[in-house]
Amino acid sequence: MSDMMDDMEGGEGVVKKFMFVNRKAPHGTIYALEGLEVVLVSAAFDQDVSMVFADDGVYELIKGMNTKGIEVKDFSKTYRALDGYDIEKLYVEKASMDARGLTEADLIVDVTVLDSAEMANLMAEQDVVISY
Amino acid sequence: MKIGIMVSEGPYNHQASDTAYLFARTAIEKGHKVPRVFFYHDGVNNSTKLTQPPQDDRNVVNRWSKLAEEHGVDLVVCIAAGMRRGITDDILAPGFRISGLGQLVEAGIQCDRLVTFGD
Amino acid sequence: MLHIVNKSATERNSLESCLRMATKGSAVLLIEDAVYAATKGGVAAAQIQAAMADLQIYALGPDLDARGMSARVLDGVKVVDYGGFVDLVTETNACQSWL
Repeated sequence: MSDMMDDMEGGEGVVKKFMFVNRKAPHGTIYALEGLEVVLVSAAFDQDVSMVFADDGVYELIKGMNTKGIEVKDFSKTYRALDGYDIEKLYVEKASMDARGLTEADLIVDVTVLDSAEMANLMAEQDVVISY
Repeated sequence: MKIGIMVSEGPYNHQASDTAYLFARTAIEKGHKVPRVFFYHDGVNNSTKLTQPPQDDRNVVNRWSKLAEEHGVDLVVCIAAGMRRGITDDILAPGFRISGLGQLVEAGIQCDRLVTFGD
Repeated sequence: MLHIVNKSATERNSLESCLRMATKGSAVLLIEDAVYAATKGGVAAAQIQAAMADLQIYALGPDLDARGMSARVLDGVKVVDYGGFVDLVTETNACQSWL
């Protein structure tokens, strides 16, 4: 590994704009849960992190999930803990919410709602986009 | 330029690992560096030496190992995702190692680009 | 920004979402099953043709070939090989995959 690290030297102190794009519903696949795990880890690197919820990804933030019946971990409350990790930039695309009959009041955390053009501009200014 | 790669799907079921490999190989041929490939989600299944594809098919796992051997590509398997799926040190193919998610974030910081291949 | 789409537009909404959230002048590369959208006669063709006013649309040649669709590519779609894919990644400021 030391060779690789030598290869990647010079990254110390760099702050990049990291965006994590969530476009998948929870539970049906593992992407939402494992995606959240990366976001939590990224907090330790002092980067400029934002999370986007678009398309079915907005379903990740629905209030009142109860996963007991499907015997799967309920990780939705973890979204509430994000601000404790200084991850406070949560964005939801309005068109995605509208298409699913949802409003901000249905969501478990405070988010910033952006229209598609605003979301496009935000995405365009990122250095690293990790999507699931 | 340094290009980091994330692979989010296992071999054979999805084309993701094939596309990622062909992209990585081509990038290296063109003179770029691929310092690290990070395997996440079911992508961790690309790392097992127990894979035995039919002889007339490509060997996805061996191709990655060869790329690591010939070009020093660091093949990192996410420990959390790997443990969920039964990927342990004793079944790793050559060139792969198990480490934490921080290695993905680090690749994002230290590489000039990070390209994701998945489903 | 380079947007990479890999899913068939008749199976998933990835392409539609990508086109909705791509800024003017961005590049969109269709790979794997997404290349079907870049071909004549399909329901996605109109979307791609409309998008070409504001976006650069590329399709990965080896994926078109593998699917027997190379002769059907829409006018204006630029076909690239893996080398062209690498160039697109390095020539844009960042890339995003619409999985």
